[in-house]
Amino acid sequence: MYLAISYTFQNVLLGTTLLGVVGGVLGCFALLRKQSLLGDALAHASLPGVCLAFLWMGTKDTYSFLIGAIFTGVLGSLFVLGVVRGTRIKEDSAIGIVLSVFFGVGVVLLTWIEKNHQSGNQSGLSHILYGQAATLMERDVWIFVIAGVIILGTIFLFYKELKLLCFDREYGKSLGYPMAALEILVTCLLVITVVIGLQTVGVILIIASLITPAACARQWTDRFSWMLLLAGLIGGLSSVAGTFVSEQFHRIPTGPTIVLVSSSVLIISILFAPQRGILWSWLQSASFRRRIREENLLKDIYGWVEKRNDWSRWPSLSNLMGVRGQSGIKIKKIARPLEHGGLLLVTEKAMKLTEKGLEEAERIVRKHRIWELYLARRLDLPPDHVHRDAEAMEHALSDEALAEFEELLGYPKFDPHGQPIPARRGSSSKAESKATGGV
Amino acid sequence: MKPAPILSQPSMDPSNQELPKSENHPPAIEVHDLTAAYGTQPVLWDVDLEIPEGSLVAIVGPNGAGKSTLLKAVLGLIQPLTGWVKIFGEEYSKKRSWVGYVPQRETVDWDFPTTALDVVTMGLYGRLGWFRLPRRSHKEQALACLDKLGVAHLAHRQISQLSGGQQQRVFLARALAQDARLYLMDEPFAGVDVKTEKAVIELLKQLREEGRTVIAVHHDLQTVNDYFDHVVLLNLRLVASGPVSTTFTDENLNKTYGGRLTALTQAAEALLSKQPDKRN
Repeated sequence: MYLAISYTFQNVLLGTTLLGVVGGVLGCFALLRKQSLLGDALAHASLPGVCLAFLWMGTKDTYSFLIGAIFTGVLGSLFVLGVVRGTRIKEDSAIGIVLSVFFGVGVVLLTWIEKNHQSGNQSGLSHILYGQAATLMERDVWIFVIAGVIILGTIFLFYKELKLLCFDREYGKSLGYPMAALEILVTCLLVITVVIGLQTVGVILIIASLITPAACARQWTDRFSWMLLLAGLIGGLSSVAGTFVSEQFHRIPTGPTIVLVSSSVLIISILFAPQRGILWSWLQSASFRRRIREENLLKDIYGWVEKRNDWSRWPSLSNLMGVRGQSGIKIKKIARPLEHGGLLLVTEKAMKLTEKGLEEAERIVRKHRIWELYLARRLDLPPDHVHRDAEAMEHALSDEALAEFEELLGYPKFDPHGQPIPARRGSSSKAESKATGGV
Repeated sequence: MKPAPILSQPSMDPSNQELPKSENHPPAIEVHDLTAAYGTQPVLWDVDLEIPEGSLVAIVGPNGAGKSTLLKAVLGLIQPLTGWVKIFGEEYSKKRSWVGYVPQRETVDWDFPTTALDVVTMGLYGRLGWFRLPRRSHKEQALACLDKLGVAHLAHRQISQLSGGQQQRVFLARALAQDARLYLMDEPFAGVDVKTEKAVIELLKQLREEGRTVIAVHHDLQTVNDYFDHVVLLNLRLVASGPVSTTFTDENLNKTYGGRLTALTQAAEALLSKQPDKRN
């Protein structure tokens, strides 16, 4: 008894894992070619084919099911292409139409079979909807192995050409590669994957085995080759994990469990992946906001002293609180990293810019005033309209861009409000002259 | 000082190494009675055209005039309804390795997971042929092409991190990697910064100096005089084709842009800014 179960489980595990790997790798092509929905239409369109095959043969037979599924699946995708080429209907609508019509026909046939055929209930036909990995036999696994080798082998062999197809079809054609033929090749591989996935994951969820691992992989890498490998890995591991989980809790179906596992990986990927993840961009913008606050504080201190034209007196905390209406606690919080970075000297009575801090403050003020001048001179904005815009630009303008603006404006000395634009730091130490009270 | 040749690496095709400018050579492009349509919408009517080898050509015309379609028809990317195209006197399929193509920048997804160097390496795919993968030497060639466009330092950047001008440079570098005798470029100046535009036109002129033929779809009528020596005026039908000095005239521009107010204004501006002594 125990042996029998573990043998069945072995088949199930092998079958789902293979499907996971193949689906993951192939899904990258569907994802990058923006044909995810076409795959879904194809899967749904295969349902009537399976039913027709059953009606034709009268028994449940894997091979005839596969042929039936391929037949209507391909027919469905040809319909989509035909509608797009021959009418004004756009691809997404065409997919919606074909998907629902074929699936509707399939469900009608399925219901009719289950009512009218004695063997209908035992036919396992309804498994096609949600999949039932537990019914995988050794023979099915062999089909999976053969299909997997064909699909992965083809991708390996045509790696360069398929990459060209995904990235720049027209260009590939101009180089002499038969892009239409390669397109058909990819679609065929997609059909095979969908069809062998029917029994395991089912018509409705098979698209998840294709797209989810690919979408996960895209989050983590910027290389095509790595994306393929990673998607295969994520697909395979999700299948292993999902199959074990569903084995542990007997009543949970395998296919949906696998989909849940890979979807969890996707959620993690969307949240935490570097560069593309939500957390990453949130951290980026948080650090940008922090930098803005720091730069503003440096600028405020500079401005306070500049206004009084006395480079020996520095503002106190309460002086600075008046500038932007920030609380003392907040200013202290902003000042702390600046103090650590050696830009700021905080004493009981005053916040003093160090040599380094002064340099940084001048850099910011320069950006602000040069941008103001640019707006006023080049775009003829009145001087009282330019401040707010410059307030944002001073944090975004790169040093290279600043240098070009300066050149464009002829190295100006004063901003539109008549305030001096701090000179670029040269050999003479201006800070010293300022510190002694001169300007 | 003579500038170094842009494409110095030895090419696989021996005929690419020397680029003779001989009179009895067939024209770079010969288009005869070409009519093309998308569905039932005709986009090119009865176009007859000859482009002499070694010229720098602008294809000019209003939106929807069939400029990109003309390029695609030459490249065999679309099937014309009537007529034929010959490249250096032969079918495109026979002279494919002589032709480099720069599609419009917007035609590809720049979020595709690949690097600038990878994209340029695609220019060598035609020479590589089926199944062979690019090796280190190919990557080095591609890097050299990026360098010609001044963006070698961006080789390993993901392409979505590049600016519009940088993306255009990558596309041009990819075409350079093809080491072609005839270049077809679809709006190489669209949406690029001033610096890139200058760099690109320098490159195109240098390609011409090497005896290569460059054809670019161009939108800025004001720069036609400065940039190009041959112009093709197109508006569904061919309006005129020939040297800029004799073809880029008031009358021809009116014929090309006739009836379109905004385009007319632009054309008028171009004519006003046209100074005969600007050309050398």
